Amino acid sequence: MKLAYWMYAGPAHIGTLRIASSFKNVHAIMHAPLGDDYFNVMRSMLERERNFTPVTASVVDRKVLARGSQEKVVDNITRKDREERPDLIILTPTCTSSILQEDLNNFVSRAQMDAQGDVMLADVNHYRYNELQAGDRTLAQVVKFYLEKARKKGELPAGKTEKPSVNIIGISTLGFHNQHDCTELKRLMADLGIEVNLVIPDKASVHELKNLPRAWFNLVPYRELGMMAAEYLESEFEMPYVDITPMGVVETARCIRKIQEVINERGASANYEEYIENQTLHVSQAAWFSRSIDCQNLTGKKAVVFGDNTHAAAMTKILAREMGIKVVLAGTYCKYDADWFREQVSEYCDEILISEDNGEIGDAIARHEPSAIFGTQMERHVGKRLDIPCGVIAAPIHIQNFPIGYKPFVGYEGTNQIADLVYNSFTLGMEDHLLEIFGGHDTKEVITKGISADSDLNWNKEATVELNKVPGFVRGKVKRNTEKFARERGFSEITLEVMYAAKEAVGA
Amino acid sequence: MTATQHQPDALNFECETGNYHTFCPISCVAWLYQKIEDSFFLVIGTKTCGYFLQNAMGVMIFAEPRYAMAELEEGDISAQLNDYEELKRLCLQIKRDRNPSVIVWIGTCTTEIIKMDLEGLAPKLEAEIGIPIVTARANGLDYAFTQGEDTVLAAMAHKCPKEAPKAEAEKEERNAISKLLNFGKKKEETNNEASEYKDHPPLVLFGSLPDPVVTNLTLELKKQGVKVSGWLPSKRYTELPVIEEGYYVAGVNPFLSRTATTLMRRRKTKLIGAPFPIGPDGTRAWIEKICSVFGIEPQGLEEREAKIWENLEDYIQLIRGKSVFFMGDNLLEVSLARFLIRCGMTCQEIGIPYMDKRYQKAELDLLEKTCKDMGVPVPTIVEKPDNYNQLQRIKEQKPDLVITGMAHANPLEARGINTKWSVEFTFAQIHGFTNARDILELATRPMRRNNNLKELGWEKLVKEEAKV
Repeated sequence: MKLAYWMYAGPAHIGTLRIASSFKNVHAIMHAPLGDDYFNVMRSMLERERNFTPVTASVVDRKVLARGSQEKVVDNITRKDREERPDLIILTPTCTSSILQEDLNNFVSRAQMDAQGDVMLADVNHYRYNELQAGDRTLAQVVKFYLEKARKKGELPAGKTEKPSVNIIGISTLGFHNQHDCTELKRLMADLGIEVNLVIPDKASVHELKNLPRAWFNLVPYRELGMMAAEYLESEFEMPYVDITPMGVVETARCIRKIQEVINERGASANYEEYIENQTLHVSQAAWFSRSIDCQNLTGKKAVVFGDNTHAAAMTKILAREMGIKVVLAGTYCKYDADWFREQVSEYCDEILISEDNGEIGDAIARHEPSAIFGTQMERHVGKRLDIPCGVIAAPIHIQNFPIGYKPFVGYEGTNQIADLVYNSFTLGMEDHLLEIFGGHDTKEVITKGISADSDLNWNKEATVELNKVPGFVRGKVKRNTEKFARERGFSEITLEVMYAAKEAVGA
Repeated sequence: MTATQHQPDALNFECETGNYHTFCPISCVAWLYQKIEDSFFLVIGTKTCGYFLQNAMGVMIFAEPRYAMAELEEGDISAQLNDYEELKRLCLQIKRDRNPSVIVWIGTCTTEIIKMDLEGLAPKLEAEIGIPIVTARANGLDYAFTQGEDTVLAAMAHKCPKEAPKAEAEKEERNAISKLLNFGKKKEETNNEASEYKDHPPLVLFGSLPDPVVTNLTLELKKQGVKVSGWLPSKRYTELPVIEEGYYVAGVNPFLSRTATTLMRRRKTKLIGAPFPIGPDGTRAWIEKICSVFGIEPQGLEEREAKIWENLEDYIQLIRGKSVFFMGDNLLEVSLARFLIRCGMTCQEIGIPYMDKRYQKAELDLLEKTCKDMGVPVPTIVEKPDNYNQLQRIKEQKPDLVITGMAHANPLEARGINTKWSVEFTFAQIHGFTNARDILELATRPMRRNNNLKELGWEKLVKEEAKV
């Protein structure tokens, strides 16, 4: 057992559901007790989704515990198949069904006999994998399923597209700024004269998956999601993949050069050097930013970076290599992939922290006293407590990290966004610090609003206590309304009764 | 009246498949740890439970909450690790870091399935570490959302002191001198206090409410001369009320049927079955019922209720004649529907996770009576609803307001259907005369939003789904 207050990566089934609900017309059925379908709440809230999340539960209740699911799961699958006609239903195990050890595979094959669509069981062990690993596995599983199916039916399209083309693998729902990143990547590919063959899993139809091999290569922008699918496609179809995250000016250039190499090997004759130079010097403002005196002022300032592998590694490199900021600590919660992280950042930071324990990270931040933190929502709150500004760079995230405005992290527009994020975090901190030194804002505190403040009314003890329980931001209003009410009715003392009467009368 | 012809005589109960969305009952820790200030809630479960709490409770997690997960690992599931030793290690750590007056263990689906004997382990560990341990099985196999509180309070009911502590008398003894000095004054005060209340057997109320609401309801009863001897739960675990055989108890929330049963059967108390003090009608009925049990003639209630209704009129105008549909997820549905019908709404369907017809009897009777008084059809009560079917019914009936969970709210809004997120009713202050306005503040919010945006023509924001 482990005492835990907070977790960075969710349970395995969340990963599977993220994949399922990213595809078009794929439905997930969770074998889970009542209340485990909060994924729908997260998706509906965070992504502000207009459509119903295609996830339902086949509820495990006391009866299931006693006699097994029997027909229930099969019925639920075939029912959903009838109601919504999904192309694919993914039966998703949860921690509960893992221990029940029911033969879910058997349910799937039985349901498959009646269902029009395809049915599959997500192959993830709840106690071995987290959300990110499970998502990666499920995506690979779906890809493999449809490519094998097409091969069996002889429907695999032969050959490659005429022009250089790419599959973008790993854009998913509830991913950090994934939608914006996707748009930016498509734009980048268009600039490079590369056709986008398919984006998966985001809004892709499973019927299109058989066309994956037509692309010249695969691009995997995030370390956490898509690697397994890319590796499968490489081993089965000899498709090369580029797994350099185009985040930051240097890495974006490196990614583009790698793409150039890959497509030139396959017969293209691309030369992107001029494009890279033009973008770096004139389109993206990030290179100029690092030359400007603003950024000069940041030289040698201390920062702590923490997040998932992709974002924490990219951010560390950007801060250290592109802005001259001293990264005293870089860390990741992707324990299962720690070696990769170490290799990526070791030359760019003083210390590396691999941990899933938010307490440990909080303590490390307190110890280092950086001028800014780049982390998850958890680190943002640590920063609040310690009075250190924080830029959020990775999941877990809140609704404010699903902005409506265009905010990619990848590509050249991404470098601009990141420069803003970094600069704003540091200047805010600086401003705060200056204010403190010079004794705060030069304004008199507003104590009164309107006439009722210099009160001739007596608040008795209970009423005062009660008033203090009212949240601060409305307390003034409640006080004023109550006193107004008391004055109108000629009460000289404010008691609990008067308070409630006032509330009833004026809705104070 | 023509409407009365279609009216069935009694409430119609249905039961569907139970495929509905609700919160896991472990969510009760979020409000209970805030209510019981010296407690620590330890949820013994998996990452799934932890992730739920972290996400559903939003920012609360960052306020150094007095709750944590005992996250089960593979070794715990396969019994390679010893449950007792593991729990001891964690509870000692909690004792060291937080020193709570009680640790509440929340059993989850996983502890049920692997049959971890929490009730058996608790007394042993309690003796060993010297902190009371309360065990509640608030799991998704058996319960929905607010029923979590019910399981915790039912477990706490066992821990309430059986008789008034003697300490009171001793203290008085010790303060003899000061008492002597203040003699005249003290006596006067006690006399005063005694006369404020009528003579009736002790009454203990159960249900966790925010402190301002507790004060409010207590005061409301005080006006009738009814003294509230204690409240389960109280602000601190160390202040749990004395419950002796023969005491009277009354519930303030509709989801507390296990607590009620425990108080009746195990603590030999008498349950006052009343409608719940939600809305001015419910509050009045609640007070009247309590008064009638104690043989007290209620004073000025009718005027008080009328006054409250008068003050609600601006809000009621917005919903009068409109229809409401409860998808059902927190068991407050019957009381809220009854109040909204009294406000002039019609209600087609009340979805509810679980319906205890005995505990909610008085509330159901009042619902029926309210429908008759208002001349509207009696709603169908759908237990264990099926959300998919409900969405089809919503599509057909086009209610003016759907009270639903967050999973469906945005998608319904995008289809031009007004929704109110049901969970807000659980966290807002909705009890008593004073808070009736707050319920309507919530219920009318979509209508007021519509009034503000009505000229824009943006109601339906999804393309019509092509159904095969």
